[in-house]
This record gives sequence, structure tokens and C-alpha cells, in this order.
Amino acid sequence: MSAVLEVSGLKTHFFTHAGVVKAVDGVDFTVSKGEVMGLVGESGSGKSITGFSILGLIDPPGRIVEGAIRFNGSDIANAPEGQLKRLRGNKISMIFQDPMMTLNPVLRVDTQMIEAILAHEKVSRQTAWERSRDALGLVGIPSPEERLQAYPHQLSGGMRQRVAIATAFLNQPDLIIADEPTTALDVTIQAQIIHEAQKLTKRTGTAMIWITHDLAVVAGLADRISVMYAGRIVEQGGIDDVIDRPRHPYTVGLLGSVPTANRRGERLFQIEGMTPNMLALPEGCAFAPRCRARTATCSNEPPIEDVDGRRLRCFNPQHEAETA
Amino acid sequence: MTDTTAAPPSEVAKSAKVETPFQRFRAEFFESTIATVALGVFIIIVLLAIFAPWITPQNPYDLAQVSVMDGRLPPGAEAFDGYTMWLGSDGSGRDLYSAILYGLRISLTVGLASGVIALLIGMAIGLIAAYAGGRIEAFIMRVVDLQLSFPASLVALMMVAALGKGVDKIILALVIAQWAYYARTVRATALVERGKEYVEAAQCLGISRARIVFRHILPNCMAPLIVVGTVQTASAISLEATLSFLGVGLPQTEPSIGVLIANGFEYMLSGRYWISVFPGIALLLTVVSINLVGDHLRDVLNPRLKK
Repeated sequence: MSAVLEVSGLKTHFFTHAGVVKAVDGVDFTVSKGEVMGLVGESGSGKSITGFSILGLIDPPGRIVEGAIRFNGSDIANAPEGQLKRLRGNKISMIFQDPMMTLNPVLRVDTQMIEAILAHEKVSRQTAWERSRDALGLVGIPSPEERLQAYPHQLSGGMRQRVAIATAFLNQPDLIIADEPTTALDVTIQAQIIHEAQKLTKRTGTAMIWITHDLAVVAGLADRISVMYAGRIVEQGGIDDVIDRPRHPYTVGLLGSVPTANRRGERLFQIEGMTPNMLALPEGCAFAPRCRARTATCSNEPPIEDVDGRRLRCFNPQHEAETA
Repeated sequence: MTDTTAAPPSEVAKSAKVETPFQRFRAEFFESTIATVALGVFIIIVLLAIFAPWITPQNPYDLAQVSVMDGRLPPGAEAFDGYTMWLGSDGSGRDLYSAILYGLRISLTVGLASGVIALLIGMAIGLIAAYAGGRIEAFIMRVVDLQLSFPASLVALMMVAALGKGVDKIILALVIAQWAYYARTVRATALVERGKEYVEAAQCLGISRARIVFRHILPNCMAPLIVVGTVQTASAISLEATLSFLGVGLPQTEPSIGVLIANGFEYMLSGRYWISVFPGIALLLTVVSINLVGDHLRDVLNPRLKK
């Protein structure tokens, strides 16, 4: 499989009055054609900023200070706005978290979808309309002709997210960045949306980055997973390896905090402490203060290494026996 | 697509009939009796003003039809030319009924024209401020603050003093006195809208900046703009009346409502109340009806005030 996106050493920093916030601090990953990569982490771990960096939508005081984003072979980190604009919505699409907010409330669905096509292609409105209708049909919206005439407030949350997904797939992009697209939805609708997304990526060969904090979603959807903590990837590998045999204490903690049916009544595992202040990160490993396995060496910077078929950033990898 | 099982019936919007926001807005607007009546009164006033030449016995601007012989006649008196002056006449023999309708034409023209022009200018400046940000925004908004720290009547008065008399100059003065209200409203709303996710989503679709500003942000700013527009139009009409009353507005030969009120003012103490009172009532009805409509528009268009 060829790599659609290759991110290497990406650093996106925000230069605020209070100091430099290293929201993304050296992130590497690749996404291949037709592959779904889960990008997992707590709020503020830099997952969304990574997504926006790829699209070149980082507003001042933030900017990409280092690293390369190779999309289909060419580096688009800090590329001119004109070039990025041609990519956005065309070759790289985005799906957002809250479908209530991402559709313009005063414009009809057809207006918004047709606009997305006409922004990148010179086709007639009729052709654009037909393509929009077919796209809505593909994501499982019944009677798409009628839905096209609707205003967003007339559609339910799940329906709107389907519209957003259809819009993202409109121009047959090579890459879709989905930023917590199911977080705002009911679990049943969530499952449907994930199913549709999975079906579409397999069918079109579109690569996908699925940003989420929900490990259950990623486990069922992604091919590979990258776990982020404080702007860095701490563990990265195949979905089965990482979910079944996590090695980084943070991943272990995350998985332990997911409620499962066969541990009813037991207290859920909780990672102690809070997400670190991004302005004052601890020396060495950022997770060390909350880590149960920390040792003296953790005050040094842990390098990212290939361990047990995955990339891992930890001095004290956990073993299966310890993953309770 | 045959796979309809993926979407349960609950997901399908309840009504198959597509209702546009305008239809919904219209239905909600006419729920209020007061607002409906006020709108009716305003429409009647506008129609009376438009058709004034055909429904009045006298053209008050045509000196050949105005006779000093008819001066200061009480309501119901018969004019020299044989028609009845239902509202009496003013000092120079103008039939007040005719003069009021002709005066309304001027007042409404001035009010609406200055309202629309100020709205367009203020909207453009407010949008530029909101979208440009930085120094341009700071500069524009300080100018707006500076201007809004003076009463609008004072600004208008100074402008008229500098520009001179005439309908066009009054309109210009009112525009200068009122654009800032629109600019402030549009900027505030546009800033809120710009931060919303649909703008980010539009950016992610590669839609051009100009299109985002005019097609996406501007329509979402319309609700407060319409409200401010109605209220400011009413205030433009009363501002024009104020200026004319003070004698710096429109010339005596083409009396607007304000000029008529000012003309009658000197007769008030001698018992000839009608010369000032009837134009006053006409002005009151106009301004109050517009304000009531504006008030209700605010209630309907502001989702936070909805029950």
C-alpha cells in the first residue's frame, strides 16, 4: 500500500503571552490508501491540532515550526494558501465533531453541498446537484431529493452527520480527517455512522484519520492506532497489538478505564492526576508524574523506539501480566 | 439507495413538507396581535403617503392652490375653494390633511432612504472590521465608539449645519449620524458567527474567503440587522422631524411633518391646537407603529427570548 500521508517530526506551537504551548511536539505517522488510523488521546493532547496542521488551518499565534507533511509525495507543511485551498475539501476533507454546528443554519443542504463541488470543479449546477444526491444516497439517507431541500434544523443529529460525511466524500478525496465525528451522537447512531464511514473508505480507497478519545470506537474501526499524550505519540502500532497488548502505561490506563460488561460492579481504573499544563510540562517523560511504573530514568526524555512490533516511547514498557 | 434500514424512522424529519425559515418567521410574526395591527397601521400610512396626490383636495406645494384667505381655519371648516378642511388649516392656508400626507411622503422617504443607505454602509464597514481584525478593526471600532458617545441628534445637527438645507443633505446627515449603530451590530454578530464551526467547516471545504463572508456569515447576521434597521428607521424619521422643528432641516416651502409641527407651535397658546397636534399624531403613529413592529421582530428573531 502506498502512503497517502506521511507526517514526520511535526511540531505545531502556539506563541501565547503566557509562553510557548507545544500543542504538537514531534509527531510522526503515515496513513496508506484505504487505511483508517485512529488518533487517540485525552482532551488537549494535540490530536485536533494535528488534524488542523495537515489542512494548514492553524491560526496565529500558532504555527507549524518544524516537520514535514508529505501528502501524495509533496510537502504541504507551510505551503502557500492557494495550494492548500485547492486541497481542502477536494483532496483532503474534514468531518467535525458536532453536526449541529458544522452546517450553516440559513443555507439549504443542497446549497452547501453544491457549493463544495463548485469550489473545486467546473461542472454545471445540475451535475453538482446529481452528485450531491448520489452522495446522500451512499451514506444511507432515504429520499435524498427531499433531504437536499431541507434546512439543517429540519434534520436530526445523525442525519446531519451523514450529510457532513457525504459532503466530505463529495470530491472523492484521498484523505479524510474525522475529528471526533461520533462523540455528539447516540451510541446506536454512532454505530451506524461508523459503519457508513468504514464502508465508504473500503469502497473508495480513501485514507482516514479518525481522531477520538473513545477507544471502543477505534477498536472497531481503525487498522492502526496512535496514542497521543501531551503533544507526542507515546504508542503506535497495529490495532490488535496495541489494544490487546498495550505496552505504554498510559495506553494501559486508558484501556483500563473503559467499562466492560464482564467487570460489572467493580471500580473503574482511573489514571491519577490531571492532564499536564501545556505551558509547564514536566522534565523528561510528560506522563511520568501520573505514571505507576515511573522510575528515576523517567526524568530523562524517553526516545521513541521499535518495541514488540510497534513504536513506543517509554523506558518501562508494561507486560501483559501487568495489564489488569 | 435501497438500504433504508440504516436510518430508523425517528431520524427522518417529522414533516415531509419543507418549511423555509421565512415561512416559519412569518407564522410567528403574525401570532402577535399588536405587531400585526402596528404593521397594518404602518402599511396604511405608507399607502396614504404614496397616493397623497390622488386623495387630497389640495397640493400644499402648489402656491396657486394655497390661499392665505384659508389660514388658521379650525377642523371641519369649509375652504374658499369649496372643499372641507377636516383637520383645519395652518397659518399659510395649507389644508392640514393634505399637508400631513405630503409631509409623510417626505418624512418616510428621508427615513427609509437614510435607513437603507446607513444600513448598507454600516454593514460593509462592520463586516470589514470583523473580518480584517487587528488594527483596521481597532481603528474602525474606535471611530464608532467616538461617534456613539455623542447623541445622534447632535451629530445630525452639526452635519446639517455644515451641509445646509435640502432633502439630499438631510439624508446624508442622517446616514452619517446612524451608520455607526449598524456597524457595531454587524461587527458584533459577525464576530460571533465567524467563530462558529460552520465557518471552519466551510474553510475546510476550500470555499473562498469572499464567499464565506457574504454567503455564510452575512445571512446569519441578518436577524439583528433587520431589528436595528426598523428601530433606526423610526429614529431617523423622528430625527428628521427634530431637525425640521429646530428649523435646520427641510425648507418651509416643502413642509415635512417636523416643519408642520414647528409652524403650529406659535399658535398653540392661542388655542389653535390643530396645526401642531394633527401632524404630531401622524408622526407619533408612524414612529410607534414602526417601533412596535421592530420590537416584535426582535422577539421573533432572537431565539434566546423564545419560550
